[in-house]
Amino acid sequence: MHTVIDKAQLSPNVTRLVIEAPRIAEIRKPGQFVIVHRAPGAERIPLTIADADPDRGTITLVIQSVGKSTEDLVALQPGEAIADVAGPLGKATELLDHGRAVCVGGGVGTAVVHPIALGLAANGVEVISVIGGRSKEWVIFEDELRRAGEVITCTDDGSYGRPGFVTDALRDVIEAGGVDAVYAVGPVPMMRAVAEVTRPYGVPTFASLNAMMLDGTGMCGGCRVTVGGKTLYACVDGPEFDAHQVDFRELADRLGTYRDFEAHATEVAHRRRAAAQETAADDAGGNCLIPDLATTAERKDAAAAAGEHRE
Amino acid sequence: MTDQPTPAPETGAPSASHGDSTFTPAFDHPLSPKERMTIDRSHMPEQDALLRAANFREVNLGYSQQLAMLEAERCLMCRNPVCIEGCPVRVNIPQFIERLRVGDLDGAAASLLDDNALPCVTGRVCPQEIQCEGRCVRAKKGASVAIGSLERFVADWAMAHPDRSKADGATASGRSVAVVGSGPAGLTAAGELVKKGHDVTVFEAFHAAGGVLIYGIPEFRLPKDIVQQEVDRLVASGVKIETNAIIGRTYTLRELRERFDAVFLAVGAGLPVFMNVPGENYKGVYSANEYLTRVNLMGAWNPESDTPVLKGHRVVVVGGGNVAIDSVRTAKRLGADEATIVYRRGKAELPARAEEVHHAEQEGIRFELQVAPLEVIGDENRWVTGIRCIRMELGEPDASGRRRPIPIEGSEFIIDCEMVVVAIGTRSNPLLTASEPDLALNQAGYIVTDEHGMSSLPGVFAGGDIVRGAATVILAMGDGKRAAASVDAWLRGEYPPADKALASVSVAATGT
Repeated sequence: MHTVIDKAQLSPNVTRLVIEAPRIAEIRKPGQFVIVHRAPGAERIPLTIADADPDRGTITLVIQSVGKSTEDLVALQPGEAIADVAGPLGKATELLDHGRAVCVGGGVGTAVVHPIALGLAANGVEVISVIGGRSKEWVIFEDELRRAGEVITCTDDGSYGRPGFVTDALRDVIEAGGVDAVYAVGPVPMMRAVAEVTRPYGVPTFASLNAMMLDGTGMCGGCRVTVGGKTLYACVDGPEFDAHQVDFRELADRLGTYRDFEAHATEVAHRRRAAAQETAADDAGGNCLIPDLATTAERKDAAAAAGEHRE
Repeated sequence: MTDQPTPAPETGAPSASHGDSTFTPAFDHPLSPKERMTIDRSHMPEQDALLRAANFREVNLGYSQQLAMLEAERCLMCRNPVCIEGCPVRVNIPQFIERLRVGDLDGAAASLLDDNALPCVTGRVCPQEIQCEGRCVRAKKGASVAIGSLERFVADWAMAHPDRSKADGATASGRSVAVVGSGPAGLTAAGELVKKGHDVTVFEAFHAAGGVLIYGIPEFRLPKDIVQQEVDRLVASGVKIETNAIIGRTYTLRELRERFDAVFLAVGAGLPVFMNVPGENYKGVYSANEYLTRVNLMGAWNPESDTPVLKGHRVVVVGGGNVAIDSVRTAKRLGADEATIVYRRGKAELPARAEEVHHAEQEGIRFELQVAPLEVIGDENRWVTGIRCIRMELGEPDASGRRRPIPIEGSEFIIDCEMVVVAIGTRSNPLLTASEPDLALNQAGYIVTDEHGMSSLPGVFAGGDIVRGAATVILAMGDGKRAAASVDAWLRGEYPPADKALASVSVAATGT
């Protein structure tokens, strides 16, 4: 069992969980991930390790709620536990050991790029992080990334930092010259756009792919991605690949396999949560909502199939 | 059945042995061999085909006590029991059957468990027809003794009476063994080693132990409760299991060698093989590994599970082994109207267990034989809509001794479907093996061992699919048992082991 030590809401749908996982905390490297299985009957969800503290024996997971399974996970409170955490999985990021690198993070991907930025900085690489979100409240890990170097924050609506997309800021940084590599983690359209920005400049670009998977050891083949015309497995050959070679269209397409299931399962879960809250409110004399009870009931009851991919 | 001997009355005096008093011999006098020959093989009761094709409950229902006692009478107790030679774990078959037929269930269970760490499993999934039952002298003239069904009966009885078949605890040897992988090879080795007093820890990558027994073989053929009970029995006997531990990631093989006195690698042949045809990455194409893992380990057959699985009205499964048959029967149970096997050779060449093919036919599974896939077809949203195939004719036998399929020009056709499951085999997973450069591998990436199962690394043994390539549960168990004997000899400083009884088990492999 892996107890939740700390929990924080980072943006409207992104939550940080710090959990006990001493072995993984001790040996994990930037770019690696774990597979989390909350309880019997739950899904196995791949999540990148955003940070680790070997002394406390903890790892940090940053989770975007995109459906029932991730909502169940972020509903866990400090003191509650996750049944299974397997890892560290995947190949570690191949970090530059000198020069200048840009780390591009979009949404929850900003947390994933964080250990890479820190690893690069530790290697003596000059790191510029370009991160973004829809608006100010969606920007995460800005302060943490400052520990690695300069941070350029972008918001789509201009409510904070530089207005516009991360790709625009990235292009300016590359135009200024001297960039040896770009590491990009975020939604598939963002990673694809980053690859297109850097391609004409010939800057080596790496993307961390959030493919669906069950075991994370190469057994299921669900995470197969096409890179340079070859079928590779994100779990053991990746998760990072040469972004200029990745078939992002196929990746985006395969990530949509269970969209209908997810929508249905999430809707059912929400309906049950609402019903449970009503019952709880009735039990409490119509007083007020009891969120803990409601989430517990939801966790116990939620039935239909759901699936989220790694974010 | 004209001159069949008189069965003993159901009620009456307790059995002569110290066994369960409800078990009386089927006949009130010992039979002569001639009389035994007159008894027909008892048919395994099973769920009706139409009924079971819509549920995940076990197909075979198991012998009743009466059927088991009657079937046990059919054994001729050969002086030279060739059936044992057909068994990769060398179960003393006549011994447990003899004890069963005199009503000594405790003795039968003790005998069986002494030879076989997972009898509830093997009684259900072994290809008995090419092993013990294939050797049975009665098969020469009629039907063999139903050894598998009897094994299952005794094993299930033992499971239901855990206090009655407890093995004596061994004296602690002070030596420790790491077993990597909790599939049939790993569990068998663990059970054998703990019996010899060693401190055994099994490492499993998934969150639950059992390997292919829980992620691969479906509920309707091998209920997961049964596997769990087998695992629980091993744990009760002293085996430790660490789940979520991936060797090559969570721990290295080097660390295990430092921590333990010996290591047994039984990680299986986990990588799925795909067809390498266009359209294979469309939505709706699964490897059998992924499909079965979703349904079995993750419980997607149950609507209460959070793990989704696609459900097609028309499902094509490519392949002819047990994994293919398991997949197609699973698809049927998940509601497919048309569940079809596409296999490039003929019916005689299907590598699947005969009973499974027979059951599949009863359940309405379609077989497109001598057909090979050329391309998966998808719609504009990249969802599978069909599979383009070509018919094959069978030519001269190839290296495997089976007639080689040759495409018939101009015979291409399309099978409409929403899902394709690829079950054409697996290969070795390099996750562990590649992390240790000194571990000798063959060209296909499988671990090379000596005749006693030791790899090129002293004290590191290997067995099961990671040595022999994809094979059966029972062959993996045979490897586990043999490796346990070798590990034990190694730990006592007496390697190589003297007993060569298990050194060369040669039984044809036919998939899980």
